[in-house]
Amino acid sequence: MPYTPDKPVSPPSADELRARIPGWGADLDPADRPSFPKERFDPGATGAHWTEPERQGDDPRRERSIEHAHLTAVYGTAQPLHGVSGAIRRYAYARYSEGRAAHWLLLVLGDRVEATGAHVRSLFTTRPDNPITETGILAEPRLRPIASRRGRVDLRHAWIDPILVAGPWILGGWVALRMVRRVFVRRS
Amino acid sequence: MKAMVYRGPYKVRVEEKPDPRIEHPNDAIVRVELAAICGSDLHLYHGMIPDTRIGHTFGHEFIGRVEAVGSSVQTLKPGDRVMVPFNIFCGTCFFCARGLYSNCHNVNANATALGGIYGYSHTAGGFDGGQAEMVRVPFADVGPTIIPEWLSDDDALMLTDAFATGYFGAQLGDISEGDTVVVFGAGPVGLAAARSSWLMGAGRVIVIDHLDYRLAKAREFAFAETHNFAHHDDVVVLLKKLTGHLGADVAIDAVGAEADGNLTQHITSAKLKLQGGSPIALNWAIDGVRKGGNISVMGAYGPLFSAVKFGDALNKGLTLRMNQAPVKRQWPRLFEHIRAGLISPGDMITHRIPLDAIAEGYHMFSSKLDDCIKPVIVPGA
Repeated sequence: MPYTPDKPVSPPSADELRARIPGWGADLDPADRPSFPKERFDPGATGAHWTEPERQGDDPRRERSIEHAHLTAVYGTAQPLHGVSGAIRRYAYARYSEGRAAHWLLLVLGDRVEATGAHVRSLFTTRPDNPITETGILAEPRLRPIASRRGRVDLRHAWIDPILVAGPWILGGWVALRMVRRVFVRRS
Repeated sequence: MKAMVYRGPYKVRVEEKPDPRIEHPNDAIVRVELAAICGSDLHLYHGMIPDTRIGHTFGHEFIGRVEAVGSSVQTLKPGDRVMVPFNIFCGTCFFCARGLYSNCHNVNANATALGGIYGYSHTAGGFDGGQAEMVRVPFADVGPTIIPEWLSDDDALMLTDAFATGYFGAQLGDISEGDTVVVFGAGPVGLAAARSSWLMGAGRVIVIDHLDYRLAKAREFAFAETHNFAHHDDVVVLLKKLTGHLGADVAIDAVGAEADGNLTQHITSAKLKLQGGSPIALNWAIDGVRKGGNISVMGAYGPLFSAVKFGDALNKGLTLRMNQAPVKRQWPRLFEHIRAGLISPGDMITHRIPLDAIAEGYHMFSSKLDDCIKPVIVPGA
């Protein structure tokens, strides 16, 4: 049978839907939808009592996207750049626009370098990173671990997670052990 | 103060941090009473979002009490209870003036493609978030709103992102009366998008996921027809069969970067970070919607490229709309719907956890254990 101008599967009538679904059609008129149209020029609607915002400051050390003309009026001051990861990230911001894959790949590299350094540094503090407590797996027994996972399609890749989390620790420990053994073998 | 901090992929803990301080005349400091973990926080937790720094405090869904205000703040005073939209926005830039609050140009020094978001890495501006006892709230006269006395805390919290985002997503679908809407993902945003589709006159709402407990919630909360994609060989064929081989009129992607359903896509994106996100749901949307149909993307993706099927989108003449939701723009209408008893966003909450148990909360939500749909952090518990 050829396809026809009508929908092959007709929806229930408006009356049926109104009876079954609370509020059906309350925003049927696009004029009742707050983001219709998506862009609507209405500068008085925001509550701002300035024509342009005061500037938070102009910290020359604060990194910014080279797509910006200047440091934005307000900016986050959490976790300023530091160390090797900071140098990588600063280079990513200073050299590449957001349109370049290198920008993002360098930022990801910075993330991994910082995470590794933070783990190592934490070992010399009174509160070293604890992969048992910080991954939250101690809660497993209370969270119906077997019933919650039964028949799930994501089990096909769940095995990767422990490798991603524990793998670098095990690899790092193995490398450290090899180095220590090598030193002892040389001395003897 | 106590705050959740990121310690690297899959690792978070609570630490003592310095209290936030007023850094701009229109800042406020808010003492957090409730904060939620969002599905998009999991992308940070899994190390998928570039420039997520060690020590960063996540959390862009929170309500609380004003502790202090800057010298230019006029609408709030200490003691006011406020709900804070996840967007940080100035109110007067080119984009804010046009209602695109999530695209504010004055708050994110690190990127121009994205506005400011609390606790969402330096890619979203480098602002610590609300999974803490206190948080800095910039542009206090623009973002936060005093919580109306009649509004429950749970409803207020769900309006700071999840429900407002789902409602916005349904609007971007440009739903006409009688349309068949398919929503990919039965998490909080998908549930809200499905529920909101009826408000806009959908004739049929279909929700696709692989977690049966979430599909049960979609039937109960959003009155949706549901299908577990794991039980079907091909989701696109399923959708065609359900719609007389035409395809849905509107598709909403409420999954984003860590979608399941294609092992290669998932591993190359969520696990190996070779893509900005796994576009499985988006590709199903492209192929499952009818020619000339609309796609609304609410799922969060990272800034790197993803393997999206644009050829099919072109050939089918699709309209794709997407954005981070301008949350505050949704509130007046959503307030009306809540007061009229049409919606109850707080019903999506399934778990409440003290801040000290944050690592366990993230693990539960990330691993989808104990039928978790929406976990809420109670810093004062």
